[in-house]
Amino acid sequence: MSKIGVFICHCGENISATVDVERVAREIGGMEGVAHAIDYKYMCSDPGQTFIKEAVKKYDLDGVVVGACSPRMHEPTFRRACAEAGLNPYLCEMANLREHCSWVHEKGEETTEKAIDLVKMLVEKVKKNNPLESIKVPVTKRALVIGGGIAGIQASLDIANTGHKVILIERDPSIGGHMSQLSETFPTLDCSQCILTPRMVEVAQHPNIKLYTYAELESLEGFIGNFTAKIRLKAKSVNYSTCTGCGACIQKCPVKKIPSEFNAGLGTRTAIYVPFPQAVPNKPVIDRVNCNYYKRGACKICEKTCQVGSIEWDKEDEIISEEVGAVVLATGFDVKGTDFFPEYGYGKYKDVLTGLQFERLASASGPTFGEIRRPSDGAIPKKIVFIACAGSRDPAKGIPYCSKICCMYTAKHAMLYQHKVHDGESTVFYMDIRAGGKNYEEFVRRAIEEDTVNYVRGRVARVYEKNGKLIVKGVDTLLGGEQVEIEADMVVLATAGVANCGSEQLAQKLHVSYDPYHFFAEAHPKLKPVETNTAGIFLAGACQAPKDIPETVGMASGAAVKVAALFSNNELVREPIIAVVNRLAPPLYSTCVGCFMCETACPYNAIEHEEIKARDGSLIRTIARVNSGLCQGCGTCVAFCRSKSIDIQGYTNEQVYAEVMSLLND
Amino acid sequence: MSSEEIFEPKIVAFVCNWCTYAGADLTGTSRLKYATNVKIVRFPCTGRIDFLLLLKSFAQGADGIIVSGCHPNDCHYTSGNFHARRRWIAFRSILDMMGVDVRRVQYSWVSAAEGSKWADLVNNTVADIRALGPYTDYQKVADYLEKEVQDGEA
Repeated sequence: MSKIGVFICHCGENISATVDVERVAREIGGMEGVAHAIDYKYMCSDPGQTFIKEAVKKYDLDGVVVGACSPRMHEPTFRRACAEAGLNPYLCEMANLREHCSWVHEKGEETTEKAIDLVKMLVEKVKKNNPLESIKVPVTKRALVIGGGIAGIQASLDIANTGHKVILIERDPSIGGHMSQLSETFPTLDCSQCILTPRMVEVAQHPNIKLYTYAELESLEGFIGNFTAKIRLKAKSVNYSTCTGCGACIQKCPVKKIPSEFNAGLGTRTAIYVPFPQAVPNKPVIDRVNCNYYKRGACKICEKTCQVGSIEWDKEDEIISEEVGAVVLATGFDVKGTDFFPEYGYGKYKDVLTGLQFERLASASGPTFGEIRRPSDGAIPKKIVFIACAGSRDPAKGIPYCSKICCMYTAKHAMLYQHKVHDGESTVFYMDIRAGGKNYEEFVRRAIEEDTVNYVRGRVARVYEKNGKLIVKGVDTLLGGEQVEIEADMVVLATAGVANCGSEQLAQKLHVSYDPYHFFAEAHPKLKPVETNTAGIFLAGACQAPKDIPETVGMASGAAVKVAALFSNNELVREPIIAVVNRLAPPLYSTCVGCFMCETACPYNAIEHEEIKARDGSLIRTIARVNSGLCQGCGTCVAFCRSKSIDIQGYTNEQVYAEVMSLLND
Repeated sequence: MSSEEIFEPKIVAFVCNWCTYAGADLTGTSRLKYATNVKIVRFPCTGRIDFLLLLKSFAQGADGIIVSGCHPNDCHYTSGNFHARRRWIAFRSILDMMGVDVRRVQYSWVSAAEGSKWADLVNNTVADIRALGPYTDYQKVADYLEKEVQDGEA
């Protein structure tokens, strides 16, 4: 008979407040096959683990069930404790008494009874557990970083500086991301490009970083330590090995009226273009959608201009394959456009801008060379209104979350405006001012007190045009809900930060989770903020949630450390949760009949054909065999198997059956 | 049911480890409350679920079953949830033809970020199954079959 040890955790009061833990331990102690059952305040603590280790030895346990938090939290902890006491770690299971019981139910009889049921279920399962051996797999010590904004740049540099190779891919023709578009950064007002461009150059010159711009991830296969990334190098139509980046082609290109992405639509660019003067690499690409030659088959002026013959008209997208051991996702965010706001004119009014567009106006490298001018007539606005929380914290707009950076950049915008237009008047409509961060609150106070920005607490109902002015109708809630009407020359919306376009598809390619707003989901909101649920894939920056530059950089360095830690091992230990085909003594060999339904089910091509041969070499039968290196343990083959010959370790038919039966038989 | 005490259905949930199990963890972390009737059995993937286990559960006295995994395209293993969905569609019509009440099975998708959806799913399923009352039809069939097997063997 089994000798199972059961350990019920109080989790401080997290479990014991609603579950009668003593009763759980008492009742489980009376179960058949349970040799030892106790409860303790903190099972995961050092003394708690010692209880387990001592009990394993004292009672010669052949199975352990810990009734505590989610196994997603502490399963490794308790399995390690068992292993240290000499018990095979895979003979330890956890019953989720916290996330699935005490936290979701009120205190009462039923809650305790459910807890008992959950523990019983795992006791029955663990009786059927088999000792398993971990699988060792090699690690490819090369990282893939997706996204060349400040997050990707920081992560790449940090990984590269630990001595490991990095492949950095960027969708746009240049790295730099949103940070390169910013004018000055809060709370120090240092110029964004001045602090960013040296890093961009460092990336390009780093011996350990291989940079692919104008490239996107096509697919990612494999698992931690052993991924194969297919990368699409979009056709640049310019040969970078010969191009000198002289820029003559750009000057001669006749298609000049394309809205510039870098200038957030405020400026224009040509069809053959470099996104901005400090771009890395500083070589042009041809935008095939707008190029005269690709549209109409004639022009080729750039080719005539080019002294070194770098234009490659027939270049096609190329797909390359790279082996990597870890992936850092740093794809950043996007901001809602003004067209998202019917109440502010659906983007029809030229002088209603997004915060990002205002950044470009305020930037020395922008379309107005840093002068704040109205896009409609080029006049300097004398009255300007900033609307914070445009879209953010608005469930009606589908964006209930706070975009986090807008309070700060709105204060910065108002400040920059006041610095540039001395006789100007600026008003900020806000809901709350969220200025948590080092020197952030002081920065906002400075805007209000020193730069005399008029802060009005209230929302703006409407913006409409009248006699060339923008009429902003809002309410001042601090004046008892009084209506406020301002005749403004320019309105800037601090539009919500949203997930980057294509993030959902990218998440699906990588098999990482994402939240309802398509931001990538971290493995644990507090303790695993840079990990994803998919081992070996890490997050950095605003692709996880809107965040400012210091936080992004911190997170990127965090992700880099995780990658470096992973690469410090020569081989990885993988859980042996894989499928196996049963093998029996001759003349049966196996119950597998060789139908290979499992092969059609397997997403990893892990099913091989094994030929069973007699001594004379004649073929007896062909049966399935699982390649343990490829199998990821989804178990789809198990459900497909008609003769129940393939089973998945850790979730065997017997184990699952025992669990279900224990739940229902009482 | 009005005059008697409230019927507490027994419901088993077969969920995948990556989406729904994590989603249910999030329900806990968010302290959202739901009925105690549902007990979760963890699978690596909904593609792992042998649907005969559903019949076995009914035979053993389950009043309702929840099957939940990752949303389409979000499967940790690429395609396990598609296999499960296809299998469920086929299995459901067989159950229906056999006379098993398919309303007893709630097939859903709950992602790791949908803690509140899991709470709603549990509460709604409990309410639905409660309204349907205890489920004994299949149990009777299973008991009969088992008896016949035993008699046949004897």
